[in-house]
Amino acid sequence: MFAGIVVVTLLALGAGAGVLWLRRYLADGTEKLVAAIDNLLPQIQCAQCGHPGCRAYAEALARGATTIDRCPPGGERTQLALAELLGDAPGGAPLPSPARTHLARIDEAACIGCALCLPACPVDAIVGASGFLHTVIAAECTACELCLELCPVDCIALVPRPEHPVSTA
Amino acid sequence: METAVLIIVSTVLANNFVLHRFLGLCPFLGASARLDAARGMALATLLVLTLASIAGHLIFRFLLVPFGLEYLATLTFILIIAALVQAVELIVRAISPLVQRILGLYLPLITTNCAVLGVALLNVRQQRSLLEAAWFGFGAGLGFAFVLITFAALRERTDRAPVPAAFQGAPLALLTAGLMAIAFTGFGGMAGD
Repeated sequence: MFAGIVVVTLLALGAGAGVLWLRRYLADGTEKLVAAIDNLLPQIQCAQCGHPGCRAYAEALARGATTIDRCPPGGERTQLALAELLGDAPGGAPLPSPARTHLARIDEAACIGCALCLPACPVDAIVGASGFLHTVIAAECTACELCLELCPVDCIALVPRPEHPVSTA
Repeated sequence: METAVLIIVSTVLANNFVLHRFLGLCPFLGASARLDAARGMALATLLVLTLASIAGHLIFRFLLVPFGLEYLATLTFILIIAALVQAVELIVRAISPLVQRILGLYLPLITTNCAVLGVALLNVRQQRSLLEAAWFGFGAGLGFAFVLITFAALRERTDRAPVPAAFQGAPLALLTAGLMAIAFTGFGGMAGD
């Protein structure tokens, strides 16, 4: 009886110590997977996926904490590449962001040419210089909203793309 | 060598753990919906079964028998299987984090695969030597991998077949498993228990 308690206790402690040792000394290969996922992302750090940047999104994907359909700038191509790498089914739902249907527009009458919005744009879709009028390149804008807050005169707004009229409902 | 071949033929075909002894049915049904996941599961279980068989034998012979603690076999085997599965998960994570991500929860769930505990206990009951125990565990893993992958391949096909509504999904999977078990009785008598 006493011997049984001692043996089982020692065995449990030994097994636990062994697993702990393995956990400490075996390299965590997750880093490789994160790098592979990060490689497929567009690297414009727009944060539309809800993570601070592409790298953070890759880490969340590696943990299985999020889904592969969160990257509007990457679009269908990125989603299919991620699906192939991770073996996840591509999401049936459309991308959750307004990237396809909206874009940022600068109210040219109000713009004071302060250039504060220029460095904020992850895809360099705003052209202009200090003291000059700015404008948005429609083909490049991903509607990430990063420039909206920075404008001191609130002259940037997200508007529907002309080719995608949004219903008023 | 002859005993090794006999043990492997016996455990893979004649006395298959899943289809003859009906052990390890939960991962057999749970992890067989997709072929690639089934393949990873089969490999991980093969590794755990072989290691658990060897570790169980060593612990029984050198730790339990000298102290007269044979009655604690089940308890200690559960303990070492749990630790082994943790170790295997860490190894898989180090080698291929992708496989770990695809298998997800099924990897730690090998702990509750009754085939693993069954192999360790049968080794003790049938008084196998260390080498025989190792071959028995390996053969059981091979047999499990064989039927799991075959079953997953069958299920991938029946999932796309036009099946009457009443048989879709789980009913057809269970029927398929039953038919496979009947087919495996054809191997009976090829090798002793």
